[in-house]
Amino acid sequence: MKAALDNLKKLTALDGVSGEEKPVRDYIVSKIKDYVDDYYVDNLGNLITYKKGTGNGPKVMLDAHMDEVGLLITLINQDGLLKFRTIGGIEARVLAGKRVRIGKDQVPGVIGFKPLHLQSSKEREGTVDKKQLTIDIGAKDKEQAEKMVEIGDLAAFDYEPVEFGDNKLMAKALDNRVGCAALIELLKHKYESDIYGCFTVQEEIGLKGAKTSTFQVEPDIAFVLEGTTCYDVPDTKEYGISTVCGDGPALTIMDRSVIADKDLLKHITETAKLNGIPYQFKKTISGGTNAGRIQAGGTGVKVAIIALPCRYIHSPVSVMDINDFENMIKLAKKVLETLPTSITLYREQGGGKVNV
Amino acid sequence: MFNIINKLTHTFGPSGNEKKIADLIRDMLKGKVDEIKTDALGNLICIKKGSGKKIMLAAHMDEIGIIVSYIDEKGFLRFSNVGGINPFVILGQRVVFENGTVGVVWYEENIGDIKSIKLEKMYIDIAAKSQADAERLVSVGDMAVFESGTILQNGRIISKSMDDRIGCAILVQIALNQPRTENEIYYVFTAQEEVGLRGARTAAYGIMPDMALAVDVTTTGDTPECKPMSVRIGDGPAIKIKDRSVIAHPQIKDRLIKCAEEHNIPHQFEILVQGGTDAGSIHTTAGGIPSGGVAIPTRNVHNSAEIVDMKDVENAVKLIEAFIR
Amino acid sequence: MECVELLKKLSNMRAVSGRENMAAGEIAELFRQYCDDVSIDAFYNVIGFKKGQGEKPGNVLVTAHYDEIGLIVTGIEDSGFLRFTAVGGVDAKVIGAMEVTVHGKEDLFGVIGVKPPHLIPPEDKNKGIKMEDMRIDIGYDGEKARELVSIGDMVSFNSPARELLNNRMAGKSMDNRSGVAVLIEILKELQKIKHDDNVYIVATVQEELGLIGAICATYNIKADLGIVIDVCHGDMPDAPSDEAFPLDKGAAVAIGPIISRKHARECIKLAKEENISYQIDPEAGDTGTEAAVLAVAREGIPVILLSIPSKYMHTTVEMISVSDVVATGRLAARYIAGRSKE
Repeated sequence: MKAALDNLKKLTALDGVSGEEKPVRDYIVSKIKDYVDDYYVDNLGNLITYKKGTGNGPKVMLDAHMDEVGLLITLINQDGLLKFRTIGGIEARVLAGKRVRIGKDQVPGVIGFKPLHLQSSKEREGTVDKKQLTIDIGAKDKEQAEKMVEIGDLAAFDYEPVEFGDNKLMAKALDNRVGCAALIELLKHKYESDIYGCFTVQEEIGLKGAKTSTFQVEPDIAFVLEGTTCYDVPDTKEYGISTVCGDGPALTIMDRSVIADKDLLKHITETAKLNGIPYQFKKTISGGTNAGRIQAGGTGVKVAIIALPCRYIHSPVSVMDINDFENMIKLAKKVLETLPTSITLYREQGGGKVNV
Repeated sequence: MFNIINKLTHTFGPSGNEKKIADLIRDMLKGKVDEIKTDALGNLICIKKGSGKKIMLAAHMDEIGIIVSYIDEKGFLRFSNVGGINPFVILGQRVVFENGTVGVVWYEENIGDIKSIKLEKMYIDIAAKSQADAERLVSVGDMAVFESGTILQNGRIISKSMDDRIGCAILVQIALNQPRTENEIYYVFTAQEEVGLRGARTAAYGIMPDMALAVDVTTTGDTPECKPMSVRIGDGPAIKIKDRSVIAHPQIKDRLIKCAEEHNIPHQFEILVQGGTDAGSIHTTAGGIPSGGVAIPTRNVHNSAEIVDMKDVENAVKLIEAFIR
Repeated sequence: MECVELLKKLSNMRAVSGRENMAAGEIAELFRQYCDDVSIDAFYNVIGFKKGQGEKPGNVLVTAHYDEIGLIVTGIEDSGFLRFTAVGGVDAKVIGAMEVTVHGKEDLFGVIGVKPPHLIPPEDKNKGIKMEDMRIDIGYDGEKARELVSIGDMVSFNSPARELLNNRMAGKSMDNRSGVAVLIEILKELQKIKHDDNVYIVATVQEELGLIGAICATYNIKADLGIVIDVCHGDMPDAPSDEAFPLDKGAAVAIGPIISRKHARECIKLAKEENISYQIDPEAGDTGTEAAVLAVAREGIPVILLSIPSKYMHTTVEMISVSDVVATGRLAARYIAGRSKE
């Protein structure tokens, strides 16, 4: 487990904004290549790994997306400031006053904001408008900025992981390096089923990578490993809390992209109970994951989501509980080890084709 | 036929929980088709073998409902929608869970202007005395549907879940009639339509039919001061021209019109400004499957009391039988 | 055919989304003289195939949609007026007092009626008008109208393409017939230069309804490079400077997560070397164009997106520059012919 946490920290320190996941992918390859039977990178950039099973289990896909939210440089102003647009969902108020690094050379920059003193009373009451924000790399003019940065470059948050408090970890990109780190760990072990570990790209801009990975793998069953929303701070009405940090990995029953497969959910909850691993259900229906895309692939795939509650997701200071992370890996591993080879591949129907 | 409809509407089946409906239809069609199978999403696929074209007829089994997201310390349930649920429509309604537990939907009375009501400000009262009491009856993640009967009155049906049990009933009736045809007919009862046309896509991918028809409901323009729409209940099944998910393939649409005219079946045309059907996901499956639809004009769609006319239903059976011949 | 004539012909064709059978034959005819094979699929995608000269040719797929936004008849009133709704993104604000063609049993001339200003009560002056409150007047009574028109008939706008100053043209369907013109410019250019790869040139349908034609077309063509040709917003006074692009500055080459960075960079390099004008279009999302479809088709196709700046998009006077069309065609053709393979 120490190795998993170490991988997680290293992964969050790498940049992999949607479309440019290579640094993350390269790291993952270096960690898994000795444990899998085969791996390749597809046209879109997904890393697809294969691990032959010891028995005749169903074909299982494990999905973790590698990409993170970030910024795209769209214009260099005359004064050398950089205009940008967000890739994936980032709130404007999360951006103001943050550190970023841009492009392959990781050019450092900051996102400035008009000082309170200079704001009109109307501005003080108002919200941050994304369009007002620019990245300042300290350039004195456009010409100098153009030497460092090109239009189309990507920028990521520039924040190092910090362990703090009671077993908590703060980092950028916990969504979804937690999934990547968990999947690396899972691939170290042998299972009865054939396992396709898919580290996918471009989840944050609309579940893109999972579409092509599913087309290639054609799995029977898929588990999505994800960082999920968690907002358990006081003042939130209890029924509005999606997950609780520290209460164990979260299982999705339904979100806007998918209704999880009942048989798989039952298998997961029973496995958790049997092994004394804590778990919780995600209590809000919002959001979507690769599970929706995977389920719709081909003739259909049975899917479930094992997620890690992450506070302040899509911000540079996401926070998670290290016990949750360890339990997520433990649970997923047990689930795979005990995945019944007899599990019906047909949803709740007690058998497939019936001739009548 | 009302018998079939009545059985279907009384069976529990919100999106993702279509098993009971599938089992019921499986029983109804046993021996009447050559093969019955299900797939990973829970679609029920009933095949009548043939040597001609592969024709897929799709009606969705799932109905709209609610899903429990939280049970509070007093035993009240918080919930979210499964499919299109309007807070004003569900207000004061009875809902029923798979195990028969009945609840009543009400709202936090301090919300101020009732116009601003949202599902987050509503709850379900299952008459529980405590949290533990409630948890004995219902778990987080359980779904419930409208609790309402099915009535045949004046040649018209008043019922919950006409969307789309009426389509299922039409397919069942056609399969039972066993129309003579060279074509291979796939009666497909799809899952998870109400949450994004999900089942039809994987079913179509597995079947790869030459053409497909979605049989579903459509809204009407025949109630007091409603939005203009040229569809009335009782004027015949509606041949789909367009909805939010699909423009019917011109050849499918024309073939339906020809069938209706040749057999003197009253019909009308559906242009739905809001809402989609399974045809939307079938027609973009793989390299594209020419698709269209037949819709039953239905008042009060996505309500606990939807109204259809039996004549439209019977004529839809005739029209689709002519189409697949 | 010279580009100006070609653009006129293309923009004036009628092919409302979902009923592209109206123009599929004409498009196929335009492709035929430059292609080894031309076919029309079940959805009326028009597919031109040009064989490559290489020993082990790759496959390049180039798409541009040829459907146009329009209207559809939803009701015929006893008075003969037609009710309608939009097919694709039609702005109700700009269609009042428009000449239209109703594609009924025969093509019928019609106008979209508007209330004269004298009759609009002052409190309504600043209110938007809804499409459901507008009518098409075809000059017939209800009985005759019902004889000629059915619910579901398509309606297209009358707005013949016209030439303007500085090589600019305006017409009802520059989105995206100017893209189709680029397809033909590519084919013309490929007649002149050697290309190793097989090229599939596809004019697609139902883009305006959700990229439907491209979804179907890409399933049956296995390509290792995709090029999508569409329009982007032309520079206008109140448009944001990083989302709108000046006319006459060449194709806007997209860069962003969904786009193949390798191919985009190489394409830009080529444009510089060959002195073909271009500009850069940063796209943070999936672009909303057919590039989003090609990128995730089957195993995924590395894709680039070249856009022609067009002012006044989704009005009946969409304006483009002919020089941009020519430059885009040249850039794409040169890139296809000269692309490096790994």
